[in-house]
Amino acid sequence: MSEPMDFLLLVRGTGFDVALTIFVIGVVLRLFEIFSLGRGVNLAEPRGREFGPGMRTILTRNVPDPHTFRRQPLTVVIGYLFHIGLLISLLLFVPHIELFKETFGFGWPGLATPIVDAAAVITIIALLAALWHRASNPVMRRITRAEDWLVWLATFLPMLTGYLAYHRMVDPYPLILGLHLLSVELLLVLFPFTKLMHTFTLFIARWYNGAMNGYRGVQS
Amino acid sequence: MANSKTLGESLRRHGVTRRGFLKFCSATASLMALPPTMVPAIAAALERAKRPSVIWLSFQECTGCTESLTRSHAPTVESLIFDHVSLDYHHTLQVASGEAAEAAREAAMHENQGGYLLVVDGSIPLADPGYSTIAGISNVDMLRETAAGAAAIIAVGTCAAFGGLPKADPNPTGAVPVSEIIRDKPIVNVSGCPPIPVVITGVLAHFLTFGALPELDRYGRPMVFYGQSIHDRCYRRPFYDKGLFAETFDDEGARKGWCLYKMGCKGPMTYNACATAKWNNGTGWPVEAGHGCLGCSEPDFWDAGGFYNALSIPTSDVTGTVVTGAVAGAALGAAAALLNRGTQGEAREKHATVTVDDLEKGV
Amino acid sequence: MERLDTIPVVSASSPGSAVGVTGNVLPLLHEIRHALERLARDRDPTVIDLRAIPFAPGDEERLLSLLGRGEVSLVLSALGRSEIRESGYPGVWVVEHYNDAGERIALQIEVTDIPAIARSQVADIEESSTRLNDLLMNDNG
Repeated sequence: MSEPMDFLLLVRGTGFDVALTIFVIGVVLRLFEIFSLGRGVNLAEPRGREFGPGMRTILTRNVPDPHTFRRQPLTVVIGYLFHIGLLISLLLFVPHIELFKETFGFGWPGLATPIVDAAAVITIIALLAALWHRASNPVMRRITRAEDWLVWLATFLPMLTGYLAYHRMVDPYPLILGLHLLSVELLLVLFPFTKLMHTFTLFIARWYNGAMNGYRGVQS
Repeated sequence: MANSKTLGESLRRHGVTRRGFLKFCSATASLMALPPTMVPAIAAALERAKRPSVIWLSFQECTGCTESLTRSHAPTVESLIFDHVSLDYHHTLQVASGEAAEAAREAAMHENQGGYLLVVDGSIPLADPGYSTIAGISNVDMLRETAAGAAAIIAVGTCAAFGGLPKADPNPTGAVPVSEIIRDKPIVNVSGCPPIPVVITGVLAHFLTFGALPELDRYGRPMVFYGQSIHDRCYRRPFYDKGLFAETFDDEGARKGWCLYKMGCKGPMTYNACATAKWNNGTGWPVEAGHGCLGCSEPDFWDAGGFYNALSIPTSDVTGTVVTGAVAGAALGAAAALLNRGTQGEAREKHATVTVDDLEKGV
Repeated sequence: MERLDTIPVVSASSPGSAVGVTGNVLPLLHEIRHALERLARDRDPTVIDLRAIPFAPGDEERLLSLLGRGEVSLVLSALGRSEIRESGYPGVWVVEHYNDAGERIALQIEVTDIPAIARSQVADIEESSTRLNDLLMNDNG
């Protein structure tokens, strides 16, 4: 009778603990590794500063490059819609904020749920469009590896189960809430060992690009 | 004992007019959470209904469920119990009768073999039958014996429905709900700690009226009462959607009656009729009193995390996990860094300078 | 010491505004309006059981005060008291049933020309005809 509840209690307790441990250890380990490798000594005379241009590039690369947009408009549009929708769903939904608050000791204001709901729908549509684009575009298909499908699924499942849970489309509710948590746990476990790490490495890479160009005194 | 007179006859004998009967039917429809359009059907069914015999068994429980039932008011429990059902055995109410009560139970079972309604409150201990006995009979034996001739079983309260408090971790008595012992009888779970009085009488009224059990959800609970979540029926729901929350029990939001999600309200995962049926003769209910829902009608609600933690917060210590993980990750990262430094050093050592001449020789 | 029932209960929100704190009364008023249109067009009556509505504190008072009181008020004495009154909107009736102990067991809005329970019931009419007949027979005899 109470299996869905037992399942929910498991994924809310031990399951979440295990996934979070793997996630944190994995992410810290990989970042530590990247930073500790360092970079070779540049013997050239510096022609500018590294820090300022590095930070600036982190910001300026948020604006899409016009050439990429002309060549692959779909990639750019889907990419932006998906990422913005995902961030809204993840960071501005009050129940999620409560979890962050419990973890880090501080929270922030959330958005009204109809707005988050709309963002979630946009995210899900964008993810489906991304899947279709990846499967139908010859170039995309050529450069897609098994890991890409896995990462897509790991991102899609929390969105889908979250949407179903919020709208109570699965009976009983503890089952779908448990599945939502389980899918998030899968994402957390896969995160450090897949391309999902770009969430963090993206900023390191941008900073290095900007810093290197700054050192050479060129615009980035 | 149950008699053969129909309810219609019995009411008329008591001088109840058709108007009174219609009023009774309206109240019963409202009680059963059925639409008012059902009143004629209810009137027709009640006219023919016969008084069913009811046996009530109490196992590992706190009597809160019986307390709740005896405070139900619509129709008055007296009229329900004494006029419309024949409550032949209720050991808490009859405790002073001793052996006579046990004899009444056996007589009711015998006379109404296969037709009586068995109501159970409390969970059943399996670790040691001696943990809970009545007249020297263990709970599990009494349940099996009494259930054998029952038409249906109503498990009243979260203990009987899902194990409840006795089953809470670490479950010292090995408590189980009725449904884990009896598998060959229809069981209705009327969960809640305690269940809403009108929900208990509503289910009894449904059996009385239609001679059958109401439609049930996945947990065996009547859909009419447990079909929607507290959250979806909550009058404070608009505040949840607008993002307006009470942050503490005495802040501005609490005073303005905003949503209690952050204060640990379990309304989103709880299915019950509190938001509409309310408590204390319709006076109010926990959320109206300014306290979040505990989720008392759900399985394992005692173990489902702190009552004052938001539903989305895991039951484990997340901060501890993050700190431990970060320290472990840093240690492993440092080890990996040393290893990589070694590899880098080796690569540097093996590095040989190549001149243009060397390259040309190679061609 | 003050008795609990001597302490006045003050509702924080003022009745008179249809929206109130939660706005839960508005959809109900719309439902009543649709029911009235159905009644006017198809002679189709509607009963709304207010027990099934998740009211906020003060919502019930707000709804009843918005509906107001009309020309007709009936008191029914059958299995306890019942109050049947027309609201300020003809066709919209408020029906309250109480039990013997004076506790309210049902609160309904009926959108109809007259609530069915206020009519004399066919079975009762037949019986009263018999009874009156018996009375006259006895008197004559």
